[in-house]
Amino acid sequence: MSSEDFEFIANTNNAMHAKDINVWFGDRQVLANVNLEFPKNTVTALIGPSGCGKSTFIRTLNRMHELIPSAKLAGHVMLDNEDIYAAHVDPVDVRLKVGMVFQKPNPFPSMSIGDNVLAGLKLAKRKVDNADFILEDSLRKAGLWDEVKDRLKTSAGALSGGQQQRLCIARSLVLKPDVLLMDEPCSALDPGSTRRIEETIKELAEDVTIVIVTHNMQQALRVSDYTAFFLSEDGRPGQVVENGLTHDIFHNPQDQRTDDYVHGRFG
Amino acid sequence: MSRLLSDTPTQPWKIVDPEYRIQQLVTHLGTPLLALLFTVVSPMSGFSGFTVTWFIFHTISAGLLAKYGKKKKSFANAFLEVFVGATIFVFVSFVATVLWPVISNGMAGVTHLNLIFQDAAKVGADTSLNKGGLGHAIVGTIIMVGIATLISVPIGILAALYVTEVRGKLTPFVRFFVQAMSGVPSIVAGLFIYSALIVSGILQYSGFAGALALSILMLPTVARTAEEILRLIPDDLRTAALALGGTQWRTVRMVVLPAAKSGLITSAILGIARVAGETAPLLLTAFGNNVLNLNPFSDSMSALPSYVFTQFLLGGDNDVKRAWFATFVLLVAISILFTAARIVADRMKRN
Amino acid sequence: MSVTEEIVKVIPRNISVIRQGSDKVFRGILIAGGLAAFVLLSGIFGYLAISAAPVLKAFGLEFFTGSSWYAGDGLLPSEGSMDPPTFGLAPMLWGSLLIAIIAVVIAIPMAIGIALAATYFLPKKIAFAFTIFVDLVAAIPSIVFGLWGFFVLMPHGALWAKWLNTHLGFIPFFKVEFEGFEQSPFMAGIVLAIMITPIIAAVSREIFSSVPPELITGAQALGASRWTMIRNVVLPFSKSGITGGAMLGLGRALGETIAVFFVLQLFFDDINWVRILESTGGSVASLIVSRFGEAQPLEISALFGAGLALFLITLATNALATTIVSTTNRTKK
Repeated sequence: MSSEDFEFIANTNNAMHAKDINVWFGDRQVLANVNLEFPKNTVTALIGPSGCGKSTFIRTLNRMHELIPSAKLAGHVMLDNEDIYAAHVDPVDVRLKVGMVFQKPNPFPSMSIGDNVLAGLKLAKRKVDNADFILEDSLRKAGLWDEVKDRLKTSAGALSGGQQQRLCIARSLVLKPDVLLMDEPCSALDPGSTRRIEETIKELAEDVTIVIVTHNMQQALRVSDYTAFFLSEDGRPGQVVENGLTHDIFHNPQDQRTDDYVHGRFG
Repeated sequence: MSRLLSDTPTQPWKIVDPEYRIQQLVTHLGTPLLALLFTVVSPMSGFSGFTVTWFIFHTISAGLLAKYGKKKKSFANAFLEVFVGATIFVFVSFVATVLWPVISNGMAGVTHLNLIFQDAAKVGADTSLNKGGLGHAIVGTIIMVGIATLISVPIGILAALYVTEVRGKLTPFVRFFVQAMSGVPSIVAGLFIYSALIVSGILQYSGFAGALALSILMLPTVARTAEEILRLIPDDLRTAALALGGTQWRTVRMVVLPAAKSGLITSAILGIARVAGETAPLLLTAFGNNVLNLNPFSDSMSALPSYVFTQFLLGGDNDVKRAWFATFVLLVAISILFTAARIVADRMKRN
Repeated sequence: MSVTEEIVKVIPRNISVIRQGSDKVFRGILIAGGLAAFVLLSGIFGYLAISAAPVLKAFGLEFFTGSSWYAGDGLLPSEGSMDPPTFGLAPMLWGSLLIAIIAVVIAIPMAIGIALAATYFLPKKIAFAFTIFVDLVAAIPSIVFGLWGFFVLMPHGALWAKWLNTHLGFIPFFKVEFEGFEQSPFMAGIVLAIMITPIIAAVSREIFSSVPPELITGAQALGASRWTMIRNVVLPFSKSGITGGAMLGLGRALGETIAVFFVLQLFFDDINWVRILESTGGSVASLIVSRFGEAQPLEISALFGAGLALFLITLATNALATTIVSTTNRTKK
């Protein structure tokens, strides 16, 4: 079966659907048979111990994964009824629809705060006539507008870690993505900044579908509607042990391993 | 608690026993004095005699101190210090004797401004230093190094970008050949341009031919330093730009290059400093000229190093004086470039 | 187990990467830039070989093994020469190697001392300034070293050479067959030594500072003195890196032209194997620059042959050095 004739009747309530995802680095398989649906305007948390493949998985959702030369993949990621890995799809277009926020805040050092927010437009070569509005709108959505509105022309390097991370969120919102991927966005931040970002995530869910990788069980419980538990046992590829409503995963897990993990008995 | 607060902090490991300090002082000051005395009264004479005697005295005294002194060490440990000190002393004093004649002889020319602004069209062996100059060589150097920069900086940065951005299969191959190219002797670069362009009649002896020879020597320097700089740019930034839907070209142009800007300027300056003093390849390509020539494509052109070379071979008193002054100008220019490169690079590292 | 079986069945799919036009062009240009060094090196080899062909054809291996440099009437015997030229490069090839070896022998201890000073002995700030100074010396134009060699070193160096010859003349190196101490391989070697010391020092310094700190603290915790620490930890770790640095210096010394031109008397008729104090030396690079101006076409071709030999020798030295330095960097990191 080639990727071109892959037909899939999508559930229209889903923003994205990952089907039978398998990932290799060289000859080593790191993910096996991951099937996950991401309903529109929800937050899905991916949890699991280090090295279970959650970060790898999230990168397959916007084709960042293929930047690693030895990476290989099987399976399909459906976005708008189309496989993003189909031969005619330009990865650049995928990344425009699926934004990403990284573990470490990474504003562009050579640009001002304002330029950073609008960098996506320039990088994607999109012309807009309401740049000022977009700038303010994105910063407001990221909860940063009030703190930086008077110094949009100054360097982004002077912001605190938490502010930089919200700047990066604002930056990815400018392109109006359907899905926003967040790879442990709070792991480098202090508790206060973490809370601000969690609030931001909940507000954002009204407009976009969010997939967030987190090590912090409490964070998953606080911000997400759905949770998927990844596990890689004895050097075998990572798999989804259990997924479903966050409430169920945490309070009524079906698998013993999920129960152990969410209650801190390993990992 | 209150007692703790009243304690003043000290660094007990930094307190030096005064007796040890005296012993140190005696070795470090006493031995050169003794050596100086020895050079005056014995057949060991001059700077070299002094260095050798000092080294021997210092070694002996350090050995004695190691055995009987306040802070006992092994002789090898004591000798290592003497050895390291001696290498610094020899190297620095050698370099001082390299620089000193250039400075002292060159300063003699500073009062003659005409030396900088005039060319040597009417200069003969007996012409006084108040007439004529080496302006044509200064201009020639600027033109040739300028053209070489325009050619090799873009190519060098492209080669560096290939290694750091494309990271394709050819990466080790590219790095190897850039490194190998940095070992090409300057005279060979001259021979190559001479054979490829001048013998074949494409160019005559000209500034442009000289510039091409220089750019061969400049390219690997630029490529290697630019690669080091681009490596310092965190991958986070590239990923961030790609995740925003940037193409590779726009990622490099809008994120990577701006972040690396000052470092890339450093690589260009180091490239310039590398070739500005090159003599041999120019003798085969730009040849040299007595008059100001602003056209790099026609007729031969002079540059500071080749001017120095030919002036010294002429050998007249005033010829040599002019040569020293040209050397001085060259050295000052290269020192300024080098310092500028260090400052820009330092600023980059601090950010 | 059913899960594992299922995993084995799956095979990776082919992912085609579509690149936008601008990226295709961009990558193409970068590849071109990356290949520039290779193209230029091939070009250099090709042009030198073609230009040297007439002489190489006429003299064959004799060109590299013979000892003479006589331009004659510039015609080959086959062209009816009355005064046939002979070109044999051997004394120059060996001479180049000899002065480069002298330079490296002097420069290695000096460079190691300087690198040790900058890494372990001098206080941080002074070490920083000293490092800049050493790097700056590497940027001094070779013609300045040539002038220094001619005007400053030669008068002194001749005295040292004479002293060595008088007192240690029984050693073959310090013998001379005729008195003339000024423009000897020894003198050229000293000039080159000062020129390559900063290069070897820079490589050594980098290697020293890449010695893992845990090895150093480990040695110190065992009560090592500075000497035992350097002897047992730093030097073994850095050995091959310093060798690579020395090879880089050797390559530079082999190719140096102008500085050597001022301080070395070329002697074409015989190889001077070891008498380093005598004013009979050889240097391929210096040969080229000294003969180029007045050479006939055939001699020019011979000079291209000399250039080709020089190019190949320095290329080989440099490639070896690069391999040594990069493999040590890789295994040590």
